Amino acid sequence: MADLKTNFCGLQSPNPFWLASGPPTNTGGQVMRAFEAGWGGAVWKTIGDPIRNTSSRYGAIDLNGVKMMGLNNIELISDRSIETNLREITEVKKRFPKHLVIASLMVESKREVWQDIVRRAEDAGSDALELNFGCPHGMSERGMGAAVGQVPEYTEMITSWAKQVAQTPVISKLTPNVTDITRIAAAAEQGGADAVSLINTINSLMSVDLESFAPTPNVAGKSSHGGYCGPAVKPIALHLISSVAKKIKIPIVGIGGIGNWRDAAEHIAVGATCVQVCTAAMHYGFRIVEDMADGLAAYMDDHAYGRIEDFRGRAIPNVLDWGDLDLNYKVIARIDRELCIGCQLCYAACEDGAHQAIERADATGGGKKNTNGMGVHVPRIIDEECVGCNLCALVCPVDRCITMVQVDTGLPPMSWKQRTGQAG
Amino acid sequence: MNLRETAPKLSPEQYEKNFAESPPAMTSRQAAIEAARCLYCFDAPCISACPTHIDVPTFIKKISSDNLRGSARVILEANILGHSCGRVCPTEVLCEGACVMHEKQEKPIEIGRLQRFAVDYVLDRNIQLFHAGQPNGKRVACVGAGPASLACAAELAKFGYLVTIFDRNELPGGLDTHGIAAYKLRAKDSLREVDLIRALGVEFRQNTTVGRDVLFEKLEKDFDAIFIGIGLGETWDLKIPGDELDGVVGAMEFIEPTKTRAFKDVPVGRRVACIGAGNTAIDVVTAAKRLGAEQVHLIYRRGETDMPAFRYEYDLAKLDGVTFHWRTQPTRAIGQDGKVSALECVHTRSESAADGSRKIATIPGSEFIIDVDLIVRAIGQKPVTQLLHEVAAVALRENGTIAVNKNHQTGNPKYFAAGDCVNGGKEVVDAVAEGMAAARGIDAWCGSPRAKQA
Ligand SMILES: Cc1cc2nc3c(=O)[nH]c(=O)nc-3n(C[C@H](O)[C@H](O)[C@H](O)COP(=O)(O)OP(=O)(O)OC[C@H]3O[C@@H](n4cnc5c(N)ncnc54)[C@H](O)[C@@H]3O)c2cc1C
Ligand SMILES: Cc1cc2nc3c(=O)[nH]c(=O)nc-3n(C[C@H](O)[C@H](O)[C@H](O)COP(=O)(O)O)c2cc1C
Ligand code: SF4
Repeated sequence: MADLKTNFCGLQSPNPFWLASGPPTNTGGQVMRAFEAGWGGAVWKTIGDPIRNTSSRYGAIDLNGVKMMGLNNIELISDRSIETNLREITEVKKRFPKHLVIASLMVESKREVWQDIVRRAEDAGSDALELNFGCPHGMSERGMGAAVGQVPEYTEMITSWAKQVAQTPVISKLTPNVTDITRIAAAAEQGGADAVSLINTINSLMSVDLESFAPTPNVAGKSSHGGYCGPAVKPIALHLISSVAKKIKIPIVGIGGIGNWRDAAEHIAVGATCVQVCTAAMHYGFRIVEDMADGLAAYMDDHAYGRIEDFRGRAIPNVLDWGDLDLNYKVIARIDRELCIGCQLCYAACEDGAHQAIERADATGGGKKNTNGMGVHVPRIIDEECVGCNLCALVCPVDRCITMVQVDTGLPPMSWKQRTGQAG
Repeated sequence: MNLRETAPKLSPEQYEKNFAESPPAMTSRQAAIEAARCLYCFDAPCISACPTHIDVPTFIKKISSDNLRGSARVILEANILGHSCGRVCPTEVLCEGACVMHEKQEKPIEIGRLQRFAVDYVLDRNIQLFHAGQPNGKRVACVGAGPASLACAAELAKFGYLVTIFDRNELPGGLDTHGIAAYKLRAKDSLREVDLIRALGVEFRQNTTVGRDVLFEKLEKDFDAIFIGIGLGETWDLKIPGDELDGVVGAMEFIEPTKTRAFKDVPVGRRVACIGAGNTAIDVVTAAKRLGAEQVHLIYRRGETDMPAFRYEYDLAKLDGVTFHWRTQPTRAIGQDGKVSALECVHTRSESAADGSRKIATIPGSEFIIDVDLIVRAIGQKPVTQLLHEVAAVALRENGTIAVNKNHQTGNPKYFAAGDCVNGGKEVVDAVAEGMAAARGIDAWCGSPRAKQA
């Protein structure tokens, strides 16, 4: 049986699944219920001078009847006093000494203020600290959050202030709302961070009510840009984590769009040591962690990975610059006649959206009949025209009906860099 | 109808429950989820499977984008009776039968219910999507106010014709209003739909029997063309002794009150027997059960697998607790004081005749008697022959249906015809498709340039 225990900067986490700083970690009561449900760690809702929030605060995008493909919020850090939060951290640690409680912190950009909160959080018993340099709205207007995380020098400076006094691991949490996140990650490493976590939410304006022209989330008919997260942002997170993993040596905590064990495993494959989850817990509750752990263990058993280290980062070497990809590798599409249901979506897609490499069946459907005796229109790939773009396979609603098969070009591998003599 | 014993009355709530729309209307959320399942096939098979060729993927996509008015427009442009069709069509053998989801081993998209959802949206809000065309000065009379005539009239009105519908009933709608099972379509919903056509300027003359109250001669004088959509006539007789007793009725005589009266006022026996096993017979037995009849028998001279009713209709009757007598034939209705009290039946078997064909033979000595208070004949309807052949000089086929060419023009060039009176009795959607084709035929015959373009 796979062992999900994870060593993070010398700390033992019962599993790699942590709740991210957010509404699910607002209070000690919630965090304790989360630990009971199986979460290995929890990053406390960011602590700092209490703020006042708006009502309402969240907006979401649904996709074809599936709710909350993407979620956005204009909520700020904790609205509860620093004392209350720290007292509850102490209580949680007393009841759950083996679980990780990480205090997320955000205060004014002054050395004494940062160092004071770091000491108080550690005194309260937190196992590690996460410096919130990511919040893209509200706090940044006050010179905190993303206002720090968007400038490498500030990131390095504040990280180093915290490190000067911290006894526990310091994690710098990064914002994706920058042109080159690897520079910020390197700055955090330079400042002495023990780890980085990413991604925080992405700048977004959720939607506009076409009757009132109020953007959402609606606050008295107005709104403000907020942070985007949820299933929709996973690809962005994977890209940023893999780039950061190539750049720095310290551990990475993966965040962004994780809803099940597969998402988590992908984060780990591009370099995450542990992962954090917010939207999925907000959507379905703490219970989702059960299948995350169960599914991940089953996957690891199937592949004989005894520990998470056995597959961590395994995808990183495969993420290349475009110029290093083999231009002589070629695939073309194949349609499985037996599986084809005759929807002809691949035809419409290739004809109008790709390379006119699919031919429609004639009216007889090429002879294939459905269960009611009606013709099934199985289209045909024109091999010479197919460029192997994947589009037809992506739109095909039947699993494994369209596959991309490799064809031998008879040519040795050659990248763009090799072709243009830039290979080093 | 004078019955020996009637079924005890039910509470008003129980009647409503028994005849509640089935399946119920979709909520917005259900519609959104179901619409999202649609693959939006290219050149989709459901379109060709619909006799009126509604562009199904397009209307469903519009439900997904919350453009319900546009969705209803796509439906009603192809089929002005899209409202009732969404409720009464045997979708399992039409659009939904062709859905590619079958090949995917998944449930086909609920096209009928989605169609209802979209059209209900505009009907509930009285949104008028269509308007009468620029008047072209031509006049057409439509005989009958059933689906065939309504579809023909709507199409012609959109082209700019002045259309008058003559119908012998008090209420328009034909079998939509008077015949189709109440749990599928209530008369009031059928009438709401008729209002869509009225709003196009079509005039309705109800309580007017053509051939009696208005003569064809008069129509020929007043109108440029005449459309015949009179449906079918009386139910065939059983041709057994006792046929004339009180309480032996045709299917329509029994069903019509379930549509036009309060359920408590519909006469139904405590024990009911229905002869026949088509969809109409199923409507009879399920209605009888839902009205409170205690014992309901369906009697059919062939076997279970030969039954012409659709599978899902049969399933419904089974769920309602109907008793089926396969390979059974009625021989005699027995009366008491002129009211029917029992039905004598005999078992049958199928035999090979000398020429090799199969025929049904009774098994001597197998007679048995069922106590009944009501016998309903549901063995098909006769075509109306006398009126057309003799009065309007329209040519008929051997089976009594009206002979037409591909433009739905009859042997008398001024007359066009469609619906049950031409096809011998199919579905509402067929009557609509044919009625619209007849409208285009009339338009061409009246010399419209539109016809030449097409
Ligand atoms: C019991 C029953 C259940 C059915 N269930 C379904 C179902 O679930 N789904 C489905 O799709 N189809 C169903 N059908 C079939 C469907 O009702 C018909 O196919 C459809 O109504 C045919 O339309 P039509 O316009 O040709 O005829 P009709 O609907 O019969 O309309 C003809 C109209 O002409 C009038 N008329 C006749 N003679 C004259 C005259 N001389 N002058 C003036 N008016 C006249 C009649 O009164 C009637 O109003 C059912 C039929 C029956 C009998
Ligand atoms: C396969 C693909 C290729 C693209 N190639 C180009 C390109 O060559 N030049 C360009 O300016 N944008 C390119 N785009 C971006 C699109 O123009 C567009 O900005 C982007 O897809 C966002 O629009 P959307 O709403 O359609 O998703 C490409 C997009 C896709 C999906
Ligand atoms: S892979 Fe691309 S080019 Fe080839 S058939 Fe499919 S859609 Fe067309």
